Amino acid sequence: MSLNYDQAIEKYEPTLGLEVHVELNTKSKMFCGCATEFGAQPNTQTCPVCLGLPGALPVVNKKAIESSILIGLALNCSIAPFSRFARKNYFYPDMPKNFQTSQYDEPICVNGFLDVEIEADDGMKSFRIEIERVHMEEDTGKSLHVGGSTGRIHGAEYSLLDYNRAGIPLVEIVTKIVPNTGKYAPQVARAYVAALRDILRSLNVSDVKMEQGSLRCDVNLSLSKIGSGKLGTRSETKNVNSLRSVERAAAGEVIRQANRLEAGERIVQETRHFLEESGQTRPGRSKEQAEDYRYFPEPDLVPVAPDAKWIEELRKTLPEKPAARRKRLQTAWSVPDKEMAAMVNAELLDTVEETVKLGADPTKARSWWLGEVSRVANDRGVLPTELISVKDIAQVIALIASGELTDKLARQVVEGVIAGEGSPSDVISKRGLKVVSDDSALMKAIEDAIAAQPDTAERVRGGNIPAAGALIGAVMKATGGQADAAKVRELLLKHLGQ
Amino acid sequence: MSIRDNASVMAAALANKEISAVELANQHYEQIASVDKNVHAFLYLDKEGALAQAKEVDKKRAAGEKLSPLAGVPLALKDVMTQKGVPTTCGSKMLEGWRPPYDSTVVTKLKSAGIVILGKTNMDEFAMGSSTENSAFGPTHNPWDLTRIPGGSGGGSSASLAAYEAPLAIGTDTGGSIRQPAAVTGTVGVKPTYGGVSRYGLVAFSSSLDQAGPCARTVLDAALLHQVIAGFDPKDSTSINQAVPDVVAAAKKLDIKGMKIGVVKQLAGDGYQKGVESKFNEAVAELVKLGAEIIEVSCPNFEYALAAYYLIAPSECSSNLARFDSMRFGLRIGDDGVKGAEEVMNLTRQAGFGREVKRRIILGTYALSSGYYDAYYGSAQKVRTLIKRDFDAAFEKCDVLISPTAPTTAFKIGEKSNDPLAMYLNDIATIPVNMAGIGGMSLPCGLAEEDNLPVGFQIMSPAMKDDRMYLVGGALEAALLSKWGKPILDFAPKLAGSK
Repeated sequence: MSLNYDQAIEKYEPTLGLEVHVELNTKSKMFCGCATEFGAQPNTQTCPVCLGLPGALPVVNKKAIESSILIGLALNCSIAPFSRFARKNYFYPDMPKNFQTSQYDEPICVNGFLDVEIEADDGMKSFRIEIERVHMEEDTGKSLHVGGSTGRIHGAEYSLLDYNRAGIPLVEIVTKIVPNTGKYAPQVARAYVAALRDILRSLNVSDVKMEQGSLRCDVNLSLSKIGSGKLGTRSETKNVNSLRSVERAAAGEVIRQANRLEAGERIVQETRHFLEESGQTRPGRSKEQAEDYRYFPEPDLVPVAPDAKWIEELRKTLPEKPAARRKRLQTAWSVPDKEMAAMVNAELLDTVEETVKLGADPTKARSWWLGEVSRVANDRGVLPTELISVKDIAQVIALIASGELTDKLARQVVEGVIAGEGSPSDVISKRGLKVVSDDSALMKAIEDAIAAQPDTAERVRGGNIPAAGALIGAVMKATGGQADAAKVRELLLKHLGQ
Repeated sequence: MSIRDNASVMAAALANKEISAVELANQHYEQIASVDKNVHAFLYLDKEGALAQAKEVDKKRAAGEKLSPLAGVPLALKDVMTQKGVPTTCGSKMLEGWRPPYDSTVVTKLKSAGIVILGKTNMDEFAMGSSTENSAFGPTHNPWDLTRIPGGSGGGSSASLAAYEAPLAIGTDTGGSIRQPAAVTGTVGVKPTYGGVSRYGLVAFSSSLDQAGPCARTVLDAALLHQVIAGFDPKDSTSINQAVPDVVAAAKKLDIKGMKIGVVKQLAGDGYQKGVESKFNEAVAELVKLGAEIIEVSCPNFEYALAAYYLIAPSECSSNLARFDSMRFGLRIGDDGVKGAEEVMNLTRQAGFGREVKRRIILGTYALSSGYYDAYYGSAQKVRTLIKRDFDAAFEKCDVLISPTAPTTAFKIGEKSNDPLAMYLNDIATIPVNMAGIGGMSLPCGLAEEDNLPVGFQIMSPAMKDDRMYLVGGALEAALLSKWGKPILDFAPKLAGSK
């Protein structure tokens, strides 16, 4: 009889630990001048330094240090006045020097925190995630093991190595253990990674594309029997590559570990790999025998000792925290919680804000981007902003506000812009979509309608206002739908003495 | 002008167009052709590249272009420095046939100064050794006595100078690899302040100790070469961003009146050959005659320098040499399409590294292991700090410090090759300088009476005060030259076939 999640969580308390690796978006690598562009031909972005050729020496990328400090500051960390790189020694074919240059016991940022919110059963609930450290390191090359069933080095026929990634700057953000999340552990894990991603994006230090691996999360999780007060043995689920997977991986581990413990088995300290299809994890490397990396301070680099003044200057450049900004905008635009969440999830907050900055009404801006434009974008599998610019949407909204376009016409204008017919003005003039607002032209159509339906006109004169509908319909028809119906109604009623 | 002249004399002859750079290079290649089969100073001759460079210099000179002082002068390069397209082996099978795709900063500077690089010189494998016997390509022989070692690890560079195969050479010094070979071959060798010369392109043995420097037959020649290769390099994070002291002016000054010179008490006595001590003392007497004040100083922690060195250097080397794994360059053994990458790595490292290299990798791997790190690497670093403090205290009282460079003259090939500890003791007087990152020079101070072999005199100067050792070295050299009546190398027996 195996336990499901709810049963598992009744008996066991999960403890989380999250390690997030972030590829910085610096133009050059951590220790050399090579380009960092994603997707280049294999081994075209390499040099003696990142290939680990004999005699080559590393030089620290100052921009990477700046980005790391910004991350530390945004996560409320202290910035170490003196930190060092170390060598982590182990042999692997995709590691050019057979040691990774990484910060070890002297990281650049320590002791921070990040508050996250989740939707609990009884409303929003906040958790403080404490950050242990933020440190810099270099990425390894990439191996592609060909042949064999597992895609792993063992059993492969041959392996291909791409060193373009070797030396890309990475920042690792490690939390302290996160206790007392109870059944919300998977949600908290997800919310943390999401909040971290938002912060990193707001700092513009990384592409934070989980699917491309520029943000990778390891989920560490252990269970302790409720009331025992004793931490269990943890597993490390590596490289979980979407927010949803973070949540699923944590939940999956709760179930797996609980069932093992129920069966009287012990939890093995090991790395595990997340399987996207099943939501389960499979075992990787055992960590029972701790690997000895023979860390020692990197003698080829001088210590990183950022100037206090520089740190303060960087602090001044920190953007508004994403969570605070969200609250501020939600209040300013009076958006209900649900709509706000939809906008954030669709990653359209920036776009809507830019549109509002160009003078658009927040509600209108939101409904255009999340409605019509998102619908087409989803159909075509592209981003809304790839279809139409913020400026064009703002202009369309302005034209509606001034009465030059009706909602119906506006949809055609947007359709035209998306179809590549040019700017909104181009589409309006090419398709002849302008609202007929010339009163004399309208009056002529009104008079024609009255002449054609004298009885109806008489009823309206006599106070039967709803009867005006037929006349308005005739006017709209006569103007090819380009008249503003409200305007027609106003003129018509006035003309008939109402 | 002859190949026995000093580099500065050759430079003047070139400037006066008494000889062309091409002729000068060819004369040296002739000498190499006749003596190197016995000396074996060179591992590779880059005749084509050297003559092209020489031709270029001659062309520029004919066109009246302004050239740097050593333009056209030949040089021998220790095979541990990368030179684009030219095999760089570090004396190891591991790198046999590897042609680096880039120039080391030192080579870039040599090339732009118009210096003609004749070829690559022999060395102990990956610069680990004191006799050049650890070269995978056979030992170099001391031109003073071909049955003896030329010192190490840079035995090839120093021997090439003593055999008149080159007037200038580049060495590297991690624990004495420039100075000890200079001492036992009767030549001059300088280890600059750590960070004074870029390490970019120097294949690392022990990163925190390695330093490239000039080798020559006179102090002035060494200074001229020092000036070319020294200076800040943005590609080497540990290089010092300060002006290079004017070592050439210092070497020419010849006036040391009133200078305070400290004799290090701990670098004498037990283990030092009698003839080494007597020649050293005679040189000290010369310094007194020149008006220097001699002070005895005590550096009590030097006693631990050798032990600490043999933890730090192997630790760093165990990591530095990890990259020799057959994946991207160099030797590959066992790649039969069946064996896995890990096995190929193992087989390659088994076959590619010599015994001394393996010994040090194992030592260093052990010293860095968790549980041992604090006791070994950690303690060694503390000793290093104490040695620095000893030097700091001594330099408060003295301008420079002096000692014999090596405890003995050149020993016989094979004499110590099965006794690593005896071999390590050769560097007992040179290692403290590397541990503290300061400058050290060795120049000849006479022939030991027991064996008629050259004795080295070491001068140590504070960090970035390299000019001081050139000042004292230049003055001592001049005094000794006038005492002897001819350069020390003229006392050496003539090599078969030598010009």
